[in-house]
Amino acid sequence: MHPESNRLNRGPVPRNWLKKLALLLLLSSPVMAAVEEIVSFSDESLRPRYQQLLEELRCPKCQNQNLADSNSPISDDLRREIHRLLEEGATNQQIKEYLKSRYSEFILYRPEVNSATWFLWSAPVGLLVLGLLILFYFSRRGRQRLAANPGVKAPSGEEQQRLAALLGNQSGTNEHPANNSSEIKEPKQ
Amino acid sequence: MNRLTLFIPLILCVALGAFLYSSLGKDPQELPSALIGEPFPAFSLPELSDPQRQVGTADFEGQVVLVNVWATWCFACRIEHVWLNDLAAKGVKIIGLNYKDDRDMALEWLKTRGNPYQFSIFDSRGTLGIDLGVYGAPETYLVDANGIIRHRRVGVVDDRVWDNEFRDLYQQLVAPDAP
Repeated sequence: MHPESNRLNRGPVPRNWLKKLALLLLLSSPVMAAVEEIVSFSDESLRPRYQQLLEELRCPKCQNQNLADSNSPISDDLRREIHRLLEEGATNQQIKEYLKSRYSEFILYRPEVNSATWFLWSAPVGLLVLGLLILFYFSRRGRQRLAANPGVKAPSGEEQQRLAALLGNQSGTNEHPANNSSEIKEPKQ
Repeated sequence: MNRLTLFIPLILCVALGAFLYSSLGKDPQELPSALIGEPFPAFSLPELSDPQRQVGTADFEGQVVLVNVWATWCFACRIEHVWLNDLAAKGVKIIGLNYKDDRDMALEWLKTRGNPYQFSIFDSRGTLGIDLGVYGAPETYLVDANGIIRHRRVGVVDDRVWDNEFRDLYQQLVAPDAP
């Protein structure tokens, strides 16, 4: 049917091609890994801090990528800068301040609490409290209504008997969905 | 009273809509500037055409200048360059910051397209760029006679941007006593 696909499936030519592809893949993987591996530290304890900073700092050129993910040239420069500062013994806070004074708060993925961000930070707690207040308000209003309205009260003995009779009658018919399904299932077992 | 509370969702929706609508025209790429009102960062870098010469803030001290970040790899700079030539011809002092570029290519660029700059700082590794918070090219800074950054424009400066953002401030800085 497909002469071309047949040709691919036999003979030494495709196998050669596959070998080349395999070799190419083998060679390409260290190149891709090198982006991460190229950094070396005088003290290995700096590496986790370096990684953490790259996760928490944003690439200024990209809208939503941190320095660890971005491969833009400016991120390269900033990674090098962070590496240099770490080697010089700067604290995480000092490094963040250093970058913030140049690139503004945009660079921090975890913005600091200040006049512009307090609303953002307090919104989850605020909304939770608001939700609880609304819930409390409506549940209390419901209970007050029940207490204020003497027309509604718990069913008496006679009423309960009638209720049970009604429910009992209904369970005998096919209309009750729960019974309906059990009737179908039981014969199969 | 109870009726009015029914309008609360509508009011909230309109308020949210108004907030979102007001944000539509904003450029999300534009970052708030951290350096407005701050002194231009100190630096010592070679000059573009003369590698032996080190330049620093002292080279434009006491003058109102524009510092323009440019590079040959930056496409928008080509468009801006024509406009900068005109601006320099009008007597505005412009300092070039050649950002992460190749020296020969940059010199060739100035030769073929004209040189609007008093001089160009050659920042091949982008160190001054980091101190300025540069994250692309072109960018333009207005620096006053005291070396304080007064305005920053990320992206191309053209007639419209100049009229809207720079001109009044520039004239006020150059001739504070003029009406």
